[in-house]
Amino acid sequence: MTNSLTEEQRKALDTVDKAAATPDVEQPWAALGMKEDEYEAVRKILERRPTGSELAMYSVMWSEHCSYKSSKVHLRQFGEKTTDEMKEHLLVGIGENAGVVDIGQGWAVTFKVESHNHPSYVEPYQGAATGVGGIVRDIISMGARPVAVMDPLRFGAIDHPDTLRVLPGIVGGIGGYGNCLGLPNIGGEVSFDPCYQGNPLVNALAVGTLRHEDIHLANARGNGNLVVLFGARTGGDGIGGASILASDTFTEGGPTKRPAVQVGDPFAEKVLIECCLDLFKADVVQGIQDLGAAGLSCAFSELASNGDGGMLVHLDRAPLRDSTLAPEEILMSESQERMMAVVTPEDLPGFLEITTRWDVEATVMGEVTDTGRLVVLWHGETIVDVPPRSVAHDGPVYDRPYARPDWLDARQADTPDKLPRPSEDELGALVVRMAGTPNLASRSWITDQYDRYVQGNTTQAMPDDAGVIRVDEESGLGVAIATDCNQRFAALDPYTGAQLALAEAYRNVGVAGGKPLAVTDCLNFGSPEDPAVMWQFAEAVRGLADGCQTLGIPVTGGNVSLYNQTGSTAIHPTPVVGVLGVLEDVARRTPSGWKSAGAQLFLLGTTRAEFAGSEWAWSQHQHLGGLPPQVDLEAERALAAVMVAAANDGLVVAAHDLSDGGLAQVLVESSLRYGVGATVSLEAACERDGVDAFTLLFAESTARAVVAVKPEAMQLFTQACLANEVPVVALGSTGGESLTVTGHFSLELDELRTAHESTLPQALNA
Amino acid sequence: MRIGVVTFPGSLDDRDALRAVKIAGGTPVPLWHGDEDIKGVDAVVLPGGFSYGDYLRCGAIARFAPVMNEIIRLAGPPTQVSSGLPVLGICNGFQVLTESHLLPGALVRNEKQQFICRDQKLRIERTGTTWTNGYEQGQEIVVPLKNGEGGFVADDATLDMLEGEGRVVARYLEVNPNGSYRDIAGVSNASGTVVGLMPHPEHATEAGYGPEVNNGTDGLAFFTSALQGVLSA
Repeated sequence: MTNSLTEEQRKALDTVDKAAATPDVEQPWAALGMKEDEYEAVRKILERRPTGSELAMYSVMWSEHCSYKSSKVHLRQFGEKTTDEMKEHLLVGIGENAGVVDIGQGWAVTFKVESHNHPSYVEPYQGAATGVGGIVRDIISMGARPVAVMDPLRFGAIDHPDTLRVLPGIVGGIGGYGNCLGLPNIGGEVSFDPCYQGNPLVNALAVGTLRHEDIHLANARGNGNLVVLFGARTGGDGIGGASILASDTFTEGGPTKRPAVQVGDPFAEKVLIECCLDLFKADVVQGIQDLGAAGLSCAFSELASNGDGGMLVHLDRAPLRDSTLAPEEILMSESQERMMAVVTPEDLPGFLEITTRWDVEATVMGEVTDTGRLVVLWHGETIVDVPPRSVAHDGPVYDRPYARPDWLDARQADTPDKLPRPSEDELGALVVRMAGTPNLASRSWITDQYDRYVQGNTTQAMPDDAGVIRVDEESGLGVAIATDCNQRFAALDPYTGAQLALAEAYRNVGVAGGKPLAVTDCLNFGSPEDPAVMWQFAEAVRGLADGCQTLGIPVTGGNVSLYNQTGSTAIHPTPVVGVLGVLEDVARRTPSGWKSAGAQLFLLGTTRAEFAGSEWAWSQHQHLGGLPPQVDLEAERALAAVMVAAANDGLVVAAHDLSDGGLAQVLVESSLRYGVGATVSLEAACERDGVDAFTLLFAESTARAVVAVKPEAMQLFTQACLANEVPVVALGSTGGESLTVTGHFSLELDELRTAHESTLPQALNA
Repeated sequence: MRIGVVTFPGSLDDRDALRAVKIAGGTPVPLWHGDEDIKGVDAVVLPGGFSYGDYLRCGAIARFAPVMNEIIRLAGPPTQVSSGLPVLGICNGFQVLTESHLLPGALVRNEKQQFICRDQKLRIERTGTTWTNGYEQGQEIVVPLKNGEGGFVADDATLDMLEGEGRVVARYLEVNPNGSYRDIAGVSNASGTVVGLMPHPEHATEAGYGPEVNNGTDGLAFFTSALQGVLSA
């Protein structure tokens, strides 16, 4: 694009001078998704009308997705409720591309979860694939090597036609992109619920590792430093979504139809990862930012805003896939696999040497200035001249009205107490049936499409409670990560539901032997313009922030996804929570199944008759009502402390947290994991907790786990439980080829395996 | 005892192969796709991944990388009976070897059209190769398998020739994960120096990081075999 403009093009170009001279030109702010007062605010900031390019930048950067304008007032709690003590391990907090946590020995870990829900509904394969790509670039831009991914997924009912339309593509896209990047997929979730029909949730988590001194931030400092765009060329994909497509004024003379979903090229991203790591190693990068939502608009304005406040760029230097793109489109394009770096003039040759080695195209777009203005030129004409902070950070903030939905009382009053309980002789059959419900059945049809081995550091992945990877090959230092959310609990009470999601992820990490350190979240909700949804959101954020404060682990970053609804029906509130923990030596992790006979089984925690929102109530009675299980974060903390210590001391051979499906499901899964059965007796636990066998097997009370203990360590283990005030009761022992609950039923593992493993293939191979 | 591992753009298991060489007791030497020079290594591993994005056909572009010129020259023609440079192609590396015509046949999209990652049982059918001499004839091992295009195909005459000459190195047991003809998981050239294998022995070399079976180290003998072979050569 070195050709100069024709006289005609120059005349048509909307420059700053022209904008100042023609204040009354009609502008397509509404079609770009802006509100009238937002447009007026831009005019006030600029003291003139914006140019077309400026309008494009403000409209995408002030969108809900980029500005968090509806959620910001609530999200502040995450910062406000993070005490200094909680910041002890926090090297970089909320606000950067991803949070960074100190895990010791000079190592740090960065992790974050994001949503790619709407693109995945429109185009399942590419939508899900680029979701992985986007979160991985966030991790790279912190200076880290990406080392693993996880995917919390939610679909409509398993037998709904749209589930069959989107699921194979979404799973294929995650595998196709993640496998090709060489990132092990170590966990996540899959949940089926009719509320996601027409709005599947595709969340993607990535984790990266780095040395403390390698942290990089997204800012443009140093007057005269160069702004370099590198990676893939800019194309017409992913431009601003449907609103921009509606505006013909932007595409005169150019292609008229643009796909709103980006198209991924994992090979380009893999090369970009290695290239970036070499750039970091050579220390030739001052600041770095990935290009995701809002593309160049975001990168220019955020880098400038976070740095010295000024930048001058020549937009016509951007390498294009499509030479007919207008400057507005180039600014808004969300083409994948692009990065932007700030480089000193002295370092530029070294920088270009590395990009050339990796065959990555790099272009000096402009430079950092001390003018306090972001100035964008197009063939020498000024088309943008704005204070960068006004674009990146000072967008509108809405305190939207919220109100507790009036239907919630009726839902909470509709308790599961009235549901018929199974008779004694139906218990065994119920265990088998539950093991095969869509939400409890084996996920291997999905997870077998993901590479869990690449990089050689995965020591635990699906179907274990938490993914565990080694960070330091010498010492065995590593991390455990789990993501969780039971949307039915959140639908019954979003405050409690968010805390239950946190509690479950925390428990999963602790039970695997990881000491929980930090939290990331992906808050998936309906429309913020619906006061009921806004109330759910506010409650969930408050619950999560309070919960994190109680547990003493900070939220380090995450993502908000709103407008997840079909027509006026919102999804259940779905605050997905990821917890990261550290293990001094991953060799001492605790797997979720027992490998041999003779281990002694214990049940930790207290069981209550809590069935509201449970898998039993939902799958057997299609019932959703009542109040979710009690949250007891002190009990969770004690449970995790016992399990981390027991793992370190080598007392336990297996442990599995109790959540969906309760004790019965854990006995099934832990027996099937390595094909070793168990014989248990429920009497002692039932008597102590005052519950019947059915309740002990299927209730979903929190802060519980089943633990398989080495026979010689039984006394030490039970003493540790008592010392930490964790209720402990003996259940039985491992061994045999069946799961026997003495006095109730005995089930062959083969029968359980068939029930557990056939559901997904039968539904999805159709 | 220096074993080179080639990194193509898009290679993924290169660092894992380097680690496996080190665990086996060899000296790992990183090789770069753009270099003609293979730094005088005694053997070469072509690792798994998606070289050059696997665009066009898996391995089809990598086959023309500058480093492959030297490897193809030193490995010698596939029918040659005297020994050339030992080369192990794993997964994508196997695809590069067939594209290079160092090995016969081709690897096509999995029968079920899906990427698959699983702990795979194999039977070692030929121990007379540089890479399998440390196994027992007929030994059953479990190593990870992860591929989208791992179906080994060839015409009947070629398959009969491979069987007849004892050049089927490993076969899938219990589950044929990708529709490979005659359950073939790996083949060799005539002299046994060049081996292509679809599953990943480098991911079964370190206890705790491979399959649950046998400590997860069933793949280590591929690398120790090569060291033995190179030492005694």
